[in-house]
Amino acid sequence: MTTHDSNSAPDAQLALEIAGLSKAFGGTPALRDVDLQLGWGEALALFGHNGAGKSTLIRTLVTLVRPDEGTVTIAGFDRVRQAAQVRSMVGYVGHQSLLYDDMTARENLRFYAKLYGIADADRRVERSLAEVGATSFANRRMRVLSNGMVKRVAIARALLHRPRVLLLDEPEAGLDQGGLELLDSVINAVKAGGASVVMSTHSIERGFALADHVLVLDTGRVALAGATADTSVEEVRRAVLGTRQAAS
Amino acid sequence: MASAAGPRSRAMGLGGRQLLLGVAALVFMIDLVLIFGYAPTASEALGVQVQRIFYFHVPSAIVGMISFGVSAFGSVMYLIKRTRKWDRLAWASAEAGTIIFTVAIATGAIWAKPVWQTWWVWDANGTLTFMLWLVFIGYLITRAYAPTVDRGARWAAVVAIFGAAAVPFVYMAADWWAGLHTERVTGPGASGSLESEMFYTLIFSLVTFGFLFAVLVAERSAQRSIEEQIETLRREVT
Amino acid sequence: MRNYLRGALAIYAKDIRLEARTKETISAVLAFAIIIAFIFGFAFDPSPAIVAVVGPGIVWVAYVFTGILGMNRTFALERDRGTLDGLLLAPVSRESVYAGKLVSTATIMLVVEAALFPVFLVLFDLNLFNVWFGLVALAATIGFATVGTLFSAIAAHTRAREVLLPLLFLPIVLPVIIGAVSGTDAAIAGDGWDSVGKWLQFIVAFDAVFLVLSSWAFDFVLEE
Repeated sequence: MTTHDSNSAPDAQLALEIAGLSKAFGGTPALRDVDLQLGWGEALALFGHNGAGKSTLIRTLVTLVRPDEGTVTIAGFDRVRQAAQVRSMVGYVGHQSLLYDDMTARENLRFYAKLYGIADADRRVERSLAEVGATSFANRRMRVLSNGMVKRVAIARALLHRPRVLLLDEPEAGLDQGGLELLDSVINAVKAGGASVVMSTHSIERGFALADHVLVLDTGRVALAGATADTSVEEVRRAVLGTRQAAS
Repeated sequence: MASAAGPRSRAMGLGGRQLLLGVAALVFMIDLVLIFGYAPTASEALGVQVQRIFYFHVPSAIVGMISFGVSAFGSVMYLIKRTRKWDRLAWASAEAGTIIFTVAIATGAIWAKPVWQTWWVWDANGTLTFMLWLVFIGYLITRAYAPTVDRGARWAAVVAIFGAAAVPFVYMAADWWAGLHTERVTGPGASGSLESEMFYTLIFSLVTFGFLFAVLVAERSAQRSIEEQIETLRREVT
Repeated sequence: MRNYLRGALAIYAKDIRLEARTKETISAVLAFAIIIAFIFGFAFDPSPAIVAVVGPGIVWVAYVFTGILGMNRTFALERDRGTLDGLLLAPVSRESVYAGKLVSTATIMLVVEAALFPVFLVLFDLNLFNVWFGLVALAATIGFATVGTLFSAIAAHTRAREVLLPLLFLPIVLPVIIGAVSGTDAAIAGDGWDSVGKWLQFIVAFDAVFLVLSSWAFDFVLEE
């Protein structure tokens, strides 16, 4: 599957470059001095207990949350000053499907295709539906679909504009075996196409298997960061568990 | 002069605030003397002794409007600069302004009822006073119901700016409406010509309410500044 | 500029399609409006003399309160169902999202207002089928929608949205209400541009100022 538009974006060396990122919500810190780098064609697995800041980090990257301090550069664009360009570079699958219950899967994707200004929208929508195996139920309203089906369409929505950085916030939730295999193939296809992936997950084995880099967050701070080649599942697990015990 | 607020805040230090409070109290006492001793007793038409409430009503209404201007200005600066001091100023001005406007409305009603047989005169000034009071209340309630303090600050700043932008429209519309629908009453809002003793008393009362406003804003800003510093220290420790 | 129109148009089309399909906002708002009109019918004796005096006021009280109900839903639904993020993630400006939401809100309000014409005619013998009234209603509704859409974005994120929206909204649009009632009065009385025109220009000036202001403020309101 084609997963990104090759003739877009400047010649950025890195997909993600974050330095000193901090964010507090009304006095409660969510991210503290986070540093992170990710190259093209690489995947990052994000671990941490609930409330560690994984969702906040991802939401900051997709421009839903504004950082308090630090520099954030995505595909060469500054997150604060070039937010609109960043949005055209990123694809997001979050906890919410971002799909309208009373519209069909096809109608939802066509709406987003229009919003993203995708040329030849109808054909791209059909292709996206086929890529996630949703063609069979594309004419049914989202309201009647199962969670797994909704998730597939949500993934199609995220990839519709061929983003260069795909961000997934706990994407396995609600997926059956077929869905999980689809997710794996999507991630690998995205990487093969030269784009990058950031995925937060509670499954350390799966994350480790798919990723080139890992990052463990603990109450907003980086507890562990490195290439998967330089660490192990055990070390990551200890880092995650250790932080939760320290916090409790 | 020891500054309890600390070097990083820009709120007035304790010494400065105590001085301000002292001056304000002094000015207030002199004002009371002027209002009840120096200002002339009014005519039957204006309510005789009740008329002295004019020296509370008009200055509080004017200072209320000034406080609205300060709050709106602080709001604009906050949205541009994003520094805490501007938000503290806007917020404290809104709180002080709400209190001062309440005084203006209450004294207006107390004066209007026995003299003009109506609780409020809906002329341009009266309508504007009431409307700005409502906007201030909306400002405070918005902050109270916001999910976080930051969003509350931003939303409230927008509310204040919208209120300020609406002022000329409200004034014009209320003026036209009052011209069409109510008899022109030499009500609390009418100026007319003032005898010199009345004029000087009025000006002095205006200064008094100005000091009241300044004291309220200074105290509230300093309090918030200290609260914020405590919060920052607490976060650094955990 | 093309981005702006594209985004606004896509959002407008989506909103209208959803509304046409579910009719959830229009049915609730229309029912509420008819109830208000009926209550006014019993609140005072609708003789021609009295209707001539309070008619315009009744019309606009009904329009304003039903408008508030409708405007609250503009962002409440998007936010509650989680789809607001989808709009914010798109590579279109926040002004564009605001524009799309503004036009769809205004459209729904205008449809409800028009649907009430026969109701006012039957209940109060108040004839609103009048070009001047149409213009006043259009200008005033745009004014309400401009401010209301912005404040709806604030209120939708709070627990007290039913209370907060009217509290914030009404003091700001007071000039529009005064203008609309006065303009309606003049329009129904048969006066032409001479008297209606003054109010119409006033409302349009308000609309222009607050359109710019709301568009600018929208980004600040939605920022997290």
